Amino acid sequence: MTNHYTSTAKALHWLMAILLFGLLALGFYMHDLPLSPEKLQLYSWHKWAGVTAFLLVLVRLGWRITHIPPALPASMPKLMQLAAHAGHLALYGLMLAIPLSGWLMSSAKGFQTVWFGILPIPDLLGKNKELGDLLQTIHMSLNLLFVATLVGHIGAALKHHFIDKDDILTRMLPQHSKEN
Amino acid sequence: MKRIALALALATTLSAHAVEYTQVQPDKSAINFVYKQMNVAVDGRFKRFSSQLNFDPAKPTAAKTSFDVELASVDTGAQEGDDEVAGKPWFNTKVFPTAKFVSTGVKALGGNKYEVTGQLNIKGKTQDVVVPATFTAQGKNGIFEGSFTIRRADFSIGEGSWAKFDIVANDVLVKFRITATSK
Repeated sequence: MTNHYTSTAKALHWLMAILLFGLLALGFYMHDLPLSPEKLQLYSWHKWAGVTAFLLVLVRLGWRITHIPPALPASMPKLMQLAAHAGHLALYGLMLAIPLSGWLMSSAKGFQTVWFGILPIPDLLGKNKELGDLLQTIHMSLNLLFVATLVGHIGAALKHHFIDKDDILTRMLPQHSKEN
Repeated sequence: MKRIALALALATTLSAHAVEYTQVQPDKSAINFVYKQMNVAVDGRFKRFSSQLNFDPAKPTAAKTSFDVELASVDTGAQEGDDEVAGKPWFNTKVFPTAKFVSTGVKALGGNKYEVTGQLNIKGKTQDVVVPATFTAQGKNGIFEGSFTIRRADFSIGEGSWAKFDIVANDVLVKFRITATSK
């Protein structure tokens, strides 16, 4: 039995890694820009990518529910294993909560999200300035928390690879035929 | 012939007693607009405007109306949008603080439907517009509702980097609901 994740899981993991870093970078960059056609364009792209990311998370959760991921190394202390599970739970929670908060914020601010300019996502909230500002703060805070969790996630993966020298990092990497 | 004369006489007497709606109630009136931003409908409104109106349902063709909309009172839904739209490329409210509509004629289309023609002046540019409107009497109140589409480029609203219509569409739907009482 291989200790690797399935190709589907790997593909989803790395696709989302690229998408989420792009979304984070775009989000932090665009919100300070002066209003211009470019800014409105970037906001639309950010929203489209956010909806896409949300759908991909659902696919990942679907995979996660129907598959047992490779176990953590037995050498890992119980507390560390618990921390790893908590970390992954936080990542999934945030990957769901962040696009949801963004969607609700858009509705409250009166700018409906229309996926790729074609598929309108219904507005769950009506236009409400105070609520819009509150959701903006929530969206921002969740993202800062997400960045912190990602730092932990990447830091842990690198620690496993370079210090513990286990297969935690490599089992999420594309498999080379020679290795097996 | 006699019958027509009688009907005319009757109509004249009736219209003499007819109500004329003249007092616009700002708190029960609204001017909103809808435009498309990258194909997504976004709405806004003007918080302050004044209006003169004379409308007698018995003599609709004699009706007159004019509006002065304070453009700086625009509410786009976001502060940065309000600030932007007040600026030079859009309304340039420092030089052109008000948009003005003056009716030139009213046609009765039957039922409660009317067609108001008039001139709309925004940012120093005047255009002829045709405004379909409905009238509903509600007790002492008369409610006038309708909408019409203007092209922002006709009034140089959104110049420079905003002049293209790929992000902000050219068409802007203006919607109004005006409540006026009779004296």
